[in-house]
Amino acid sequence: MSQYWRKNQVKIAPWLFLAPAFFVFALYVLNPIAQSVWISFHEWDGLGEKTFIGLANYEELFDDDQFWISLTNNVYWLVLYMLAPPIGLGIALFLNQNVPGIRLVKSLFFFPFVISQVVVGLIFAWFYDPHNGLMALLLGNIGVDPIAVLSDEDLVTYGIIAAGLWPQIAYCMILYLTGLNSLSPDQIEAARLDGAKGLRMLWHVVLPQLMPATFIAIVVTVIGALRSFDLVAIMTDGGPYGSSSVLAYFMYEQSMFNYRMGYGAAIATVLFLIMDIYIAFFLWRMIRAERG
Amino acid sequence: MFPRPIEKAPHGKQIAYKVALPIALIAWLLPLIAVMMTSARSIEDLNKGNYWGLPEKWMLIENYSEIFRVTPMATYMLNSVIITLPTVVVSVAFATMAGFALAKYNIRFRILLFAIFVGGNFIPFQILMIPVRTLTIDLGFYDTPWALIVFHTAFQTGFCTLFMRNFIAALPNELIEAARVEGVSEWKIFRHIIVPLVRPALAALSVLIFTFVWNDYFWSLVLVQSDEVRPITAGLNALKGQWLASWQLISAGSIIAALPPVALFFLMQRHFIAGLTLGATKG
Repeated sequence: MSQYWRKNQVKIAPWLFLAPAFFVFALYVLNPIAQSVWISFHEWDGLGEKTFIGLANYEELFDDDQFWISLTNNVYWLVLYMLAPPIGLGIALFLNQNVPGIRLVKSLFFFPFVISQVVVGLIFAWFYDPHNGLMALLLGNIGVDPIAVLSDEDLVTYGIIAAGLWPQIAYCMILYLTGLNSLSPDQIEAARLDGAKGLRMLWHVVLPQLMPATFIAIVVTVIGALRSFDLVAIMTDGGPYGSSSVLAYFMYEQSMFNYRMGYGAAIATVLFLIMDIYIAFFLWRMIRAERG
Repeated sequence: MFPRPIEKAPHGKQIAYKVALPIALIAWLLPLIAVMMTSARSIEDLNKGNYWGLPEKWMLIENYSEIFRVTPMATYMLNSVIITLPTVVVSVAFATMAGFALAKYNIRFRILLFAIFVGGNFIPFQILMIPVRTLTIDLGFYDTPWALIVFHTAFQTGFCTLFMRNFIAALPNELIEAARVEGVSEWKIFRHIIVPLVRPALAALSVLIFTFVWNDYFWSLVLVQSDEVRPITAGLNALKGQWLASWQLISAGSIIAALPPVALFFLMQRHFIAGLTLGATKG
């Protein structure tokens, strides 16, 4: 035994090192994905027997107005969240200086990302409050009547997205600040000698060097937009009348409040398939970099 | 350096920058500043509609002690600690071993296994919700701290493995090979060569995982339900329902909930940012 171990240690040891991580990950992540897909072909209240119904959940889903509202809202989230990388870059450029106290200022700018989305949601719900909110107060100063953002079907999603952008911009900002720190000074100086400055310099010399930061910023922003749940749950519960729901919240609502596990699983599967496009893209790039 | 250092700009521009900086900062943090002010307000102040001016009477200590007296805030806070700390320790430990295996051994399916850990980390939580909830109930963990500890540990292991594998891959191979030639066992190589070398990464990763788990809301809705086990995020939202009109208390609660990750961020800023931007400067 000990002879065998000594001979084959290098072959066996890595599998032992991998075992605990892989076991918990398989149990709580990989297997549940497969199970969810399986459940989506069933009618199930979460307690009794599952009844196999084939694709009926998906057929119902594509006829369900609430599904299309939620999906459309997800698209709004995705598109508007794409403002976070450029705004984050703008703030990073503004803060990338060496004046006294700038380190503290940078950290304070990063604050919104560190605090919980629950707190962000509470803060913004209050900011929008038509009676006492800061927004009503500011609008009042310029003579505009208060707008009840969170109870207006047409505005509510934009209101929640704005709240979500706050921490997301902070995240992108920190990615870009780190990127700006590692710019090659030689290239910048050489470009300066050639007379490049301002936007031209940014576009032709700085941005290409910031590509890795931009890549990560876009990946985390897309994932953040599609995962949006906390803010919707905290600020509106998907209301008014489901107008601010997103797929993640719609799924939660159907499974937890309506006990429709099969239907919920079908919604989750659709969301999962959408996100897989981005995950596959990320993995493809990562593996390519690994091999290259 | 880009943009051009402000010191080289004309004097007027420098002054303009130094004035703009604090204004921008205050505007950016305005919602947060308002919450801090409100956490020090009296109820009369709020009834009069003084939501955004300076508090007429400072009630800082009264409000913060009140929230601990009349709400289960202390329990929520303790629950968050009980859930977060073991998760950080165990997921980082598992991932350090797995990261070592994936970085320094030429095993089969190496890239596939790594891709699984990385990909699993980006999936929507909802695809896990129903089976994880059922599993938690079957294991008898539902509505206990274990429900969240075990789930978070398993899930965060994915991100931690991504992180540790990249960090360990960048370490030189010579030390490991030299030790192997000397007949040092693989476990001792891990314990005495790898672990000391990854110490800086351990700090970065721990801060990050602490923040992720502390701030989790979704799983605290799905896997627990009673006040005795609820972490602070779910607790805070429950308070919102019960204390609808008492904004000074909700604000104080929000500040308390935000404090641990903020404090940790300030104490370990460099590590925190190194963790978040991993790979953003290379590759």
